[in-house]
Amino acid sequence: MSEEQIKELEIQFEARIARDEKIEPKDWMPEKYRQTHIRQMSQHAHSEIIGMLPEGNWITRAPTLRRKVALLAKVQDEAGHGLYLYSATETLGITRDELLEQLHTGKAKYSSIFNYPAISWADMGTIGWLVDGAAIINQVALCGASYGPYARAMVRICKEESFHQRQGYEILVTLMKGTQEQKDMAQDALNRFWWPSLMMFGPTDAESPHTAQSMKWKLKRKTNDDLRQQFIDQTVPQAELIGLTIPDSDLKWNKEMGHYDFGEIDWDEFWQVVKGHGPCNKERMKVRIAAHENGQWVRDAAMAYAEKQQIPA
Amino acid sequence: MKKNWPLWEVFVRSKNGLEHRHFGSLHAADAEMALENARDVYTRRNEGISIWVVESKHITATNPDNNGELFEPAKDKVYRHPTFYDLPDEIKHM
Ligand SMILES: [Fe+2]
Ligand SMILES: [Fe+2]
Repeated sequence: MSEEQIKELEIQFEARIARDEKIEPKDWMPEKYRQTHIRQMSQHAHSEIIGMLPEGNWITRAPTLRRKVALLAKVQDEAGHGLYLYSATETLGITRDELLEQLHTGKAKYSSIFNYPAISWADMGTIGWLVDGAAIINQVALCGASYGPYARAMVRICKEESFHQRQGYEILVTLMKGTQEQKDMAQDALNRFWWPSLMMFGPTDAESPHTAQSMKWKLKRKTNDDLRQQFIDQTVPQAELIGLTIPDSDLKWNKEMGHYDFGEIDWDEFWQVVKGHGPCNKERMKVRIAAHENGQWVRDAAMAYAEKQQIPA
Repeated sequence: MKKNWPLWEVFVRSKNGLEHRHFGSLHAADAEMALENARDVYTRRNEGISIWVVESKHITATNPDNNGELFEPAKDKVYRHPTFYDLPDEIKHM
């Protein structure tokens, strides 16, 4: 194809997106659209899979059977989310194997929030409430993404997320009705997870060079700062209601703007964690790679069995 | 030598009276495992009462590049629609 023809196709493509048409796997798309989608969608898939690790750790230590079945179901959902998203990404012409390879070699990223440790039971409450809460805000905005398979995966995921957040908040409601020790545990978890949760929305708009292109392609429907503000505005009253204090001395309601003003985010910490220097980056990768490698013989055996069944006796 | 599990397309009937609808895809070693995985991945909340799986490589699809010649001729055949025909206003139930 000549450069001119590609230009023409690109113009038609941009017009389709502007008309809110969906793009499907076999449609022509600019190479950059394909690559950007592979990057963002796989990063999203990896986050679901790595996100199982901090919570999976607590399943055997859940305090009651009710909490245990809920946590187990939530972690299973996250595996499902990862699978929906991997399949959707594969429609762009990359294999599952390549995607996992990118995760395991560190070429692909996942949400930096999962590089923080989950050290107490209150962390299970806080992760459900804040981390899934932040994820929901991101994901609802993506249900209208231009790439059909991504948007469809998002719709399915959003339907499942709301229980994740509610079970987390319920854990905190219960702890905040308990002993002083339990209340302290809940507050401590919030202190540790509040700022990393705000970082989940990514760098400020001013520091986010891809935002304009992503908005145009409807790979992003709202900017990082807008989503972050929405999260803060809806979360602060939820903390107050159960007696938790947001660890931000600059936080206050701005009547004029109809929003909460909040303090400075430590972006150095964010970039440190993204670059692999968070508290758990190495641990998460080690566990993930071991799970993959230890499962190889099972996958091989299943394949060998399937092939044997196909040979007529 | 490493062999990857093939890709399967999953179709789910959400209740009797409705058709099977494409839900997504997954990897599995064989058809039986594809059904089991589809159950776990796509019907954790009563989304279905029947599942079909078919290996993706067996699906033949039209190419969107040919959409013009394939689907556009139908556009100017308005006489295939009831609204094309002029009838007296008094006529009911037709
Ligand atoms: Fe999820
Ligand atoms: Fe979740």
